[in-house]
Amino acid sequence: MAWRDSRRNRSRLFLFISSIILGIAALVAIFSFGHNLRRDIDQQAMSLIGADVTISSNRPVSPELQPLLDSLGDLRSEERSFASMVFFPRSQGTRLVQVRALQGGYPYYGKLETTPAEAGTSFQNGQQALVDKTVMLQFGAKVGDSLRVGNLSFEIAGILNKAPGQTGISATVAPAVYVPLRFLAQTGLDQKGSRINYRYYYKYNREVDLKALANKLEPRLEKELVNLETADSERENLGRSFEDLTSFLALVGFIALLLGSIGVASAIHVYMREKLPSIAILRCMGVSGRQAFLIYVIQILGIGLVGSVLGAALGTAVQLLLPQVLQDLLPVEVTVGVSWLAVGQGVLIGLVISLLFALLPLVSIRNISPLNTLRLSYENTSLLKDPLKWLVYALILLFIFGFTYLQTRQLKDSFYFTLGVLVAFLVLVGIAWALMWLVRRFFPTSWSYLWRQGLSNLFRPNNQTLILIISIGLGTAFICTLYFVQSILLNRITLSASENQPNMVLFDIQPAQREAVTRLTRAQGLPVIQQVPIVTMRVEEINGLTAEKVLADTTLEVSIRAFQREMRVTFRDSLTSSEKITQGTWRGKVAAPDDTVFVSLDQSYAERLKVEVGDTIIFNVQGALIPTVVGSLRKVDWNRIQTNFLVVFPTGVLEEAPQFHVLITRVPTAQASAAFQQKVVRQFPNISIIDLELILSVIDELLEKIGFVIRFMGAFSIMTGVVVLISSVLISKYQRMRESVLLRTMGASRKQIYAITALEYFFLGALAAGTGIVLSLAGSWALARFSFETEFSPQLLPVLVLFGLISTLTVVIGLFNSRGVVNRSPLEVLRAEA
Amino acid sequence: MNTILQIQNLSKTYQSAERTLTVLENINFSIDAGSTVAIVGPSGSGKTTLLGLCAGLDRSSAGAVALNGIRLDELSEDARAQVRNQHVGFIFQNFQLLPTLTALENVMVPLELRGEKNVQPQALELLDKVGLASRAHHYPAQLSGGEQQRVSLARAFSNKPKILFADEPTGNLDAETSEKVVNLLFRLNQDAGTTLVLVTHDLELASKTQRILRVKGGKLVSDERTGV
Repeated sequence: MAWRDSRRNRSRLFLFISSIILGIAALVAIFSFGHNLRRDIDQQAMSLIGADVTISSNRPVSPELQPLLDSLGDLRSEERSFASMVFFPRSQGTRLVQVRALQGGYPYYGKLETTPAEAGTSFQNGQQALVDKTVMLQFGAKVGDSLRVGNLSFEIAGILNKAPGQTGISATVAPAVYVPLRFLAQTGLDQKGSRINYRYYYKYNREVDLKALANKLEPRLEKELVNLETADSERENLGRSFEDLTSFLALVGFIALLLGSIGVASAIHVYMREKLPSIAILRCMGVSGRQAFLIYVIQILGIGLVGSVLGAALGTAVQLLLPQVLQDLLPVEVTVGVSWLAVGQGVLIGLVISLLFALLPLVSIRNISPLNTLRLSYENTSLLKDPLKWLVYALILLFIFGFTYLQTRQLKDSFYFTLGVLVAFLVLVGIAWALMWLVRRFFPTSWSYLWRQGLSNLFRPNNQTLILIISIGLGTAFICTLYFVQSILLNRITLSASENQPNMVLFDIQPAQREAVTRLTRAQGLPVIQQVPIVTMRVEEINGLTAEKVLADTTLEVSIRAFQREMRVTFRDSLTSSEKITQGTWRGKVAAPDDTVFVSLDQSYAERLKVEVGDTIIFNVQGALIPTVVGSLRKVDWNRIQTNFLVVFPTGVLEEAPQFHVLITRVPTAQASAAFQQKVVRQFPNISIIDLELILSVIDELLEKIGFVIRFMGAFSIMTGVVVLISSVLISKYQRMRESVLLRTMGASRKQIYAITALEYFFLGALAAGTGIVLSLAGSWALARFSFETEFSPQLLPVLVLFGLISTLTVVIGLFNSRGVVNRSPLEVLRAEA
Repeated sequence: MNTILQIQNLSKTYQSAERTLTVLENINFSIDAGSTVAIVGPSGSGKTTLLGLCAGLDRSSAGAVALNGIRLDELSEDARAQVRNQHVGFIFQNFQLLPTLTALENVMVPLELRGEKNVQPQALELLDKVGLASRAHHYPAQLSGGEQQRVSLARAFSNKPKILFADEPTGNLDAETSEKVVNLLFRLNQDAGTTLVLVTHDLELASKTQRILRVKGGKLVSDERTGV
């Protein structure tokens, strides 16, 4: 019966299918990608880490620990890495890179992929280097060229194409240069106070329980603030971060599905209205309300299954593109293939969502009276009167919450996401109702007929105002929010890149070099905008608590990371323009050696450390312990390009501590920048230079790539929005056919019919797009204010363009669908209606 | 007397997948201006199709239709729409009022489509003539069937048509209401001097016109004067 009954109106059901296909496709694509990625991470975890065990520390390991490190593994490698400038004599180019001084057979799994291939291992035999391919390209360097690192020149043995665990993005931010470890001392860069990361790689030739080994070593290593990684822990960490990414993308895809569900509810609503006489006749013949309900539930499930399977097939095809879209962000080679689990999940979600959203109009079937055979009246049962409708609404919310929770595993986030969807939905429903009420209440009777007819269509019986405002509004809100968030992120960066802002930072300047560097800078005609001393230290004790105590007592609120962090601290006697004291008193000087040292902390940092004014902190300045008292808290404007510090010491304490200086300047052009960098690197090879323009362009590129991924997924929502828009307009076309034909009968011209249609859809499109934009402005403002903690000043022009585009698209689709009306013979339609 | 409607060798066929269906075949007649004519015939005889072709709602497959001297069969749909707006009024069995407009606005539509301004007084006068001035601001759904048909009468006369086509105007009304509507139709028609062509299978209604055309099987089988 369910099958036979669906025969005549399958075109409406096709609209229903098309609404969910894209949403399911988006989800299946993301799920498949997630599953494949997980599997690849599992399979490639060994080559990601390149060894069985890796031990790392940001300071030299203590002599007590060294014997333990020497006893591990059958094969050992050692690496020291740090940021440094390198100089290409042939092109006179300089660049900040990550120097990796390596000794041993690392990587044991995977390899250093180089051109020529043998260079990956042979470079250790001579005074040779491997240089990242992006840097080689940047300076037009060739294998065989020379390269200066610190005081020493190396021959470029090969181009480094890929190293274990390295992503496209990490290579852009800090391209690697490998040199043999034994030459490190000769470069002069391995000095006390240099920020060097120490790594030890181990491989076992026999079967070893790495997990047990890690568990045994970790307590001892943690005490020394040394990290241990195994393929298992790497697998877990990576898996977790990529789960976050795929969860986020799945939520973006889910929005497409939700948008499509509105299309489902609307298509089924109209379908049911058309089925009303059939249902009434069935009821007359003795079919119970429940049986009638079941007939249509079976139909919906059947159609939902077809839509979900089609969506899953499309999604499986789309996932072939995802690794390419995400390739620069991924550390592993992702293989693509059909993930039957993802297909199953997608089909199941499609079925559930079809049924849930179709249930809204379907529950009314139970109440259709056989009397409808005599007198047709299809009145929606009041929501308040039908508890089953409440139940359906509750189930829908529960489903949204459940899906979000499964993705994020965060109760709070899932709650806010569901609440956000609900609020956006309710606001749009409210706006639609308010619009209908306002137009009816303040109907402009004096306007010309075409305008009045266009307006009255907004509240006419069987109008599509509600469904169109919700679908267009949600779609617009979503597109607009994506745009705003991206521009908020970009603004934060470009804000700092504006003119007259510093754009170059020189660091690692030794105290003895300070004067000479300042002179060199000025001689180049460049301003010395800021010059500050920096002392590296770490926290030893907070109010008597040490790292050991924190590790031993997990109930303490202080994080172990507070003790592990290597901090860069300055000392001065006054505040800068980007700082403001919020609590306590600023004391800029310690007069006598025995006086209390009052330090000033950034207020958010103080919150993280759980300290207040008057608390005591002991800092470990490269072996020397300095007890201090928190004297004041500062609010720091971190958006300004200048050196800002979490902790500021007063003068009179750190002057003699090992330190380096930072100098900030502004170079007017790229040529001036290159010339200045060359001079600095030649005279002071240990000094590193950060070209902020380069960093900004890298961040810009990174955001562009992430933005593209989000837009790629967002495109599913936009396309679903268009499909729902088309189907809503198509549905309304069936309803208004009679009216347009009647107008044609009375002599309305084609132009007049088009004008009425265009006006109606313009009102709908403009109002829905406007509401969506306002919703998104509110949401983006909240995100900017509370999440990104930045100003929100949206650009009006793109918003106006989007508004115009969506309004026009709505009108165009509306007009395109009405062309059938004006081309058909009035008589044909009137007879069909009679 | 002038001829308002001239039908010559009119045929209408529909092409279905396998065969050609002839609905009207070689119909010839003419109607004088100001006269009243009924087209009668059993269900499926083609009378509504004939009315539609006469009114320019559809195109003939062959033959000529001249309304007020204008060859409708040679015009585009837009041009026919203009002719309908200038010269033709309609009354339908199921009233066909626009549900989103009030009674008054429904009557105003044909005038407003012409681009006329300040048409409200004219429309109100017509509503008054059909006895519905007090219901001017009601929506169709708030009116009874008889009232809706009276609004539709007022609308049909609003553009002062030269010819009025009525398709089973009492088909959806009870006997008492039917009589009232018919009386009103004939009175308004007489006052305005409009030609009336009505399609019905109610012989009593047909007998009130001056001439009865009988259609059967798509052919005009008789053409009688009633003596009215």
